[in-house]
Amino acid sequence: MNSTVATLTARSLLGHRRALLLLALPAVFLVLAVISRWLAGEDSGNTVVLLGGFALGTLVPLLGLIAGTGAIGPEIDDGSVVYLLSKPLGRHTIVRTKLAVAVGVVVTFAVLPTLVAGLILSGGSDRLAVGFAVAALVAGIAYCALFLALAVMTRHAVVVGLLYALIWETLVGNFVPGAQALSVQQWALALTEKIVGSSRSAELSITPAVGLGAAVPLLLVVVVGFTWYAGRRLRSLRIAGDE
Amino acid sequence: MGTLVLDTVSRWYGNVVAVNDVSMTIGPGVTGLLGPNGAGKSTLIHMMGGFLAPSSGTVTLDGDTVWRNEEIYRRIGLVLEREGMYDVVTGWQFVLANARLHRLPDPREAARRALDTVEMTDAKDRDISTYSKGMKQRVKMATALVHDPPVLLLDEPFNGMDPRQRLSLMRLLQSMGDAGRTVLFSSHILEEVEQIAGSIQVMVAGRHAASGGFREIRQLMTERPHQYTIRSDDDRALASAIIAEQSASSVQLVTTREDTRALHVDATDYAAFIRVLPRLASSRGIRLYQVTPADESLESVFAYLVAR
Repeated sequence: MNSTVATLTARSLLGHRRALLLLALPAVFLVLAVISRWLAGEDSGNTVVLLGGFALGTLVPLLGLIAGTGAIGPEIDDGSVVYLLSKPLGRHTIVRTKLAVAVGVVVTFAVLPTLVAGLILSGGSDRLAVGFAVAALVAGIAYCALFLALAVMTRHAVVVGLLYALIWETLVGNFVPGAQALSVQQWALALTEKIVGSSRSAELSITPAVGLGAAVPLLLVVVVGFTWYAGRRLRSLRIAGDE
Repeated sequence: MGTLVLDTVSRWYGNVVAVNDVSMTIGPGVTGLLGPNGAGKSTLIHMMGGFLAPSSGTVTLDGDTVWRNEEIYRRIGLVLEREGMYDVVTGWQFVLANARLHRLPDPREAARRALDTVEMTDAKDRDISTYSKGMKQRVKMATALVHDPPVLLLDEPFNGMDPRQRLSLMRLLQSMGDAGRTVLFSSHILEEVEQIAGSIQVMVAGRHAASGGFREIRQLMTERPHQYTIRSDDDRALASAIIAEQSASSVQLVTTREDTRALHVDATDYAAFIRVLPRLASSRGIRLYQVTPADESLESVFAYLVAR
């Protein structure tokens, strides 16, 4: 970890009122949670629908995409990454630091709102708020690692990432049985199931496609693998000249 | 110390060869990398700065390979032509961040010194987004100088600078060269290069076309064959008079695009031809309507150096 890299990354991600834009999505989510609680009262079924569908299905992947690609993509696009790369600084250190900042952004704008929304909706019953917050955290880390690596690999990371988040995670991951086993969302849901308890999870339709035994190693492989690969790619990153 | 050695370096992108079999040694002092746009200067500087792998050959600094060697940046300061900046911070914060990234023992003092060197102390607390292009260029210079490197690589550093800033940067580079640093900068303007560079490396179409002091390079350029388009009231008589002289190698009677006749002359001795032409015309009573150098573009000058 390098504090200067972290500061520069955080300023790029949150500077120029970008933080306000990032607040929009969790704000909408929290407003929905309040309205749902007000209209339907404390309800575990509603909580699962909102936290599973909106938080884990949309908020976390989208924030992971914005923070993961935003932590390094714009610097590669405009060439300012040169200022980091022309220093006696390990490329893996740069990637790990940027990942930590991206995860910090996801925790602030997605994980904490998930926890708060969970508490608003369920009032702490069935440990749903904690279960989904932990899922949001691990999914957020995995998305950040995945999208950060994508930003190092391609200049079209946002488009590719958006297609992945929308088509694979949301459509294929939700509806195609075989593909569900390869969805970050499903791996994270395995943790929610564990925290909530398997029988209560079954009642509330929290049914991850993979068990915890497979989910944890898969999450670790994604986080460690993509972070390592991003560092490796950064060592050979070509800064395009004008010629 | 601070000697960059390029040994039979080539770089290609698919079928396009950007740099073709270049060998050169850049030592202490100011060296100008001269060539027209698209000559491969930036590609070469990117390879010297470790931001591009040579497709073949090696680039070393004092014997150490530059590519994939992060430690090399303790000895290299780099200003690339087109990189963006972190415009959400002030000039001071940016240079200080660069000093910290170098893990300098006293980053604040180093940043202060670097900003002072490029005369940006007064504007250091403004956001970079409010700087002019010249100011940004000077802050870039400060980031390259902050760790006091023995080697400085600059890609088109004078672009976007006003004459006063240009002069000030020239003085700065010259003083660095005089202090024993290796300073390499690229430019496509000969006058810019010859004002400060002790030695010049000329690149044309990816190839290393010439090297030497500016007098040698200037001489090579003025001694090359010059082409002229000449119109007169008796082109045939003038053609025979010119060809009888020693200063031209060929004379061609052509019809121009405006449907008028003219002569194309290849002058081998530029200075002698310019002296002899009015005398020839005058002695034969020929009236000269037009004498135009036909081929004075920088590209053609460089092309001659390659074909030499």
